[in-house]
Amino acid sequence: MEERDTSTGRTTVLRDSVGVGLATAAYGISFGALSVAAGLDVWQTCFLSLVMFTGGSQFALVGVLASGGLAAGGSAIATAALLGIRNVVYGMRMKPLVDRGGLAQRIAAAWITIDESTAVALAQTDDRAARRGFWLTGIVIFVGWNLTTLAGALIGDALGDTRAWGLDAAAAAAFLGLLWPRLKRFQAGAVAVAAALVATLTTPVLMPGLPVLVAALVAVVVGWFDLFSRRSAS
Amino acid sequence: MTTWHVILIASAATLALKLGGYLVPAGLLERERPARIADLLTVALLAALIAVQTLGAGQAIVFDARVPAVIVAAALFALRVPFLIVVIVAALVAAGIRAFV
Repeated sequence: MEERDTSTGRTTVLRDSVGVGLATAAYGISFGALSVAAGLDVWQTCFLSLVMFTGGSQFALVGVLASGGLAAGGSAIATAALLGIRNVVYGMRMKPLVDRGGLAQRIAAAWITIDESTAVALAQTDDRAARRGFWLTGIVIFVGWNLTTLAGALIGDALGDTRAWGLDAAAAAAFLGLLWPRLKRFQAGAVAVAAALVATLTTPVLMPGLPVLVAALVAVVVGWFDLFSRRSAS
Repeated sequence: MTTWHVILIASAATLALKLGGYLVPAGLLERERPARIADLLTVALLAALIAVQTLGAGQAIVFDARVPAVIVAAALFALRVPFLIVVIVAALVAAGIRAFV
């Protein structure tokens, strides 16, 4: 009985990891195509997936470059970095679990510390399963994401006129897909609406790229004072 | 600044942040306020990027084929349609409107 429970647990981790991994890796196609549409070449696009390897920041970097060009390079870097801050929190949560072994293994753990590897690890009930889930999910996504990025970049290259193919709308839909699972709480919804409004209203008066950074202040203000929180502040 | 500079600096920054999570003293970001701000930061940035990507054209705000495409995408995400399919449908909606209207 105990043995069966263990093997069932192992199957669950495997199913979670591979399922989440393959679904996530598929986004790589859209990233590759959008990156090339934004003016990056295939090498630059693949470099981002290999080294940056955090979808939100990658989409943001090419999105800001697409709307503002190299003049918005500073804003593009800042937006990508700010979106990467959540990985610090994930790293702190994963450290007790996966920070072991040699230096290379520990750097590899940090490298694949992203939304999905952390989420699958946190969903497991014991440490062994959590560790397996973290590594399996991270590795499946790393391999898949890089392969699909290359495929997407080649497709994007072949498409030519990206506006005619609606790739600008696809980029907006991709950001919406990344945001959607985060909107469960009222506070998050309020921040999303306010940030979208601030970005829209400041677009005509600021350099491209800056409206997104100004909108980030909404999160700092709401988060600092814990506004729109349904729980009473203690 | 060339495109490569932007890519290298941004990649170094995001990679440093990932490593940073394993290096900072435990408990710093576990405190409620910094953790909440980090969480909401992601939401605010993504929402702002959606707005700019949907309505922005340089420094102008325009309503074009992207708006119905994003509305369709929102409806599909609400119906739990997978990411890649939604993104492709959004592109097709915008492309279709541009081709026929």
